[in-house]
Amino acid sequence: MGILQVQNVNKSFGGLKALNNVNLDIEEGAVHAIIGPNGAGKSTLLNCFVGRLRPDTGTVKFQGRSLLGLSPHQINQAGVARVFQTPEIFTDLSLLENVTIPALAVRDGAFRINAWSRVDAQADARAQAEAMLESVGLADKRNQHAGNLSRGDKRRLELAMCLVQDPKLVLLDEPTAGMSRADTNATIDLLARMTEEHGVTKIIIEHDMHVVFSLARRVTVMAQGTPIVEGTPEEIRGDSRVQEAYLGGAHV
Amino acid sequence: MKPVKATARNDHLLFVVFAVVVLAMPIWLAPLGAGYPDLMQKFAIYGLFAMGFNILFGLTGYLSFGHAAFLGVGSYTAVWSFKLLGMNPLPAIALAVVTTGVFAWVIGYISLRRTGIYFSILTLAFAQMSYNLAYSVLTPITNGETGLRVLNDDPRILDHMVGRGEADGSLVATLFGVEMNGMPGFYFCAAFLIIGMYISIRIFRSPFGLMLRAIKTNQNRLNYTGVSTRPYALTAFVISGMYAGLAGGLLCVTDPLAGAERMQWTASGEVVLMTILGGAGTLVGPIIGAGLIKYSENIFSAFNEQTLHGIFAFLPDGIEGAVVSVAGLFVGEGWHLTLGLLFMIIVIFLPGGLIEGGKRLVDMTGRGPRGGGGGRAGDAAPQAAE
Repeated sequence: MGILQVQNVNKSFGGLKALNNVNLDIEEGAVHAIIGPNGAGKSTLLNCFVGRLRPDTGTVKFQGRSLLGLSPHQINQAGVARVFQTPEIFTDLSLLENVTIPALAVRDGAFRINAWSRVDAQADARAQAEAMLESVGLADKRNQHAGNLSRGDKRRLELAMCLVQDPKLVLLDEPTAGMSRADTNATIDLLARMTEEHGVTKIIIEHDMHVVFSLARRVTVMAQGTPIVEGTPEEIRGDSRVQEAYLGGAHV
Repeated sequence: MKPVKATARNDHLLFVVFAVVVLAMPIWLAPLGAGYPDLMQKFAIYGLFAMGFNILFGLTGYLSFGHAAFLGVGSYTAVWSFKLLGMNPLPAIALAVVTTGVFAWVIGYISLRRTGIYFSILTLAFAQMSYNLAYSVLTPITNGETGLRVLNDDPRILDHMVGRGEADGSLVATLFGVEMNGMPGFYFCAAFLIIGMYISIRIFRSPFGLMLRAIKTNQNRLNYTGVSTRPYALTAFVISGMYAGLAGGLLCVTDPLAGAERMQWTASGEVVLMTILGGAGTLVGPIIGAGLIKYSENIFSAFNEQTLHGIFAFLPDGIEGAVVSVAGLFVGEGWHLTLGLLFMIIVIFLPGGLIEGGKRLVDMTGRGPRGGGGGRAGDAAPQAAE
């Protein structure tokens, strides 16, 4: 039984069937990529995992617990962290504060009034944040404004913010979208290292085949709202149905 | 450039400097023509009002346009406490703060379902409702246009118990036999201003304050980080409402009279101006803004044509007449024009408010903020840095 189980999920927007009977079983510890051409329903599926959209039918279970109807902060507290397509960070705060906030969110829960002690006296959260910044290579910029970082560094920071929470599942929505080749490769290296060091389950939604084949152990291909093939990267590469979905039947 | 770090030591220094500056106000304000008690009471009270507003607006970015309602509720509660319990200011202040907190919780609970301009409009609507209710349906409580005042035949239970029931002359708030007007009244308000500052510093530097600043920066990310943002914003709203209630209560301690005009939208707008003028999100900025506005209100509105003729007497006759008639628009009744101009200049050239201006000056003189450990200008640096 996998860490995340998706059964019979359907979602329509008006007359458009965005998700058509999706079944998925994500194994614990896996790096699972979901790929597919534009409009295949990848992002809709991801939004169903994080509480932004509610499927019309079906179930999404994380460690046996249903995620449907939970708000984003409850899903995060359950152990699911999310990396956005464009890095979502606290641009007006320092890097250290950016990473301290998620550490505090784990320690204090969704809401706790802690208005009398000082942030710099929260030694545990502070130490975790420092160690995580060190680990993604941003330690020397810890007092800078996060808004001044380069795109690649913002992505690193966002990953640090997710990983400091020690989540059980990380959802990555096109982590390298709009990045230069160099930044893309740096992010791939970072993600690969994170897999080795932290070993969290990851679901990656991606267009870029280079990223998918460098990271994923398991790949699901979606087309028109339905998963059509699932397998290892090698199996996917040779599968005629995948080529058809991407290239409309023309042989390469 | 290395900014001053917001360490515990620097914050203590800031607090001590602040307390000394506030308590010494009668000394250093005298040469500026503002060293008299009535005006200094206003500085302290509106400083508290702006300080509380800043906890909401400066930290979370939620722009409330109805904070005057809390000022009004605090005032009415305080006067009712005088009427029923007696002229001791302490129960009046305590009741004003508690009642306003409850009132703020209700308004905040509803208004915080929306963000941005919709939140502002909701708070404005609530404040206008309170204002109009005070003039109509709630007249038995608010005494309508006449305003609520303490009368000689009011119960004043505590006063009668200690045998001070029969007052000769007008009734004033009295603490341990000291009448709360003039200088004692100022020191009473100043004590609350200093306590308020201490609480404000604690909140700013706490994990709670960090969450509030995160709400301002990226509420979406904070939700996906496992933090439930609405209770945080509501708590900030209630705290800031309680500061406003305290300010309203203090207004009545120094002058036991409450009127509905205190709740008008212009009063809500004024506290926004104070906060932005001084520097939203900085610790002392809003207090400086409040002081500046109350000071200019007093100085500029006191000017009349006679004084202007005196000032411009050195000019040739024809030009003098023209200059005086133009300048006349900006003083007296028209002092709001001056305020508007000042506000425009600040927002365009110093979006960070006077605090940012002070910081730039310090940077320009090459001394660097490293030298100024505390003080007013030194405070801006940790804000900008974090």
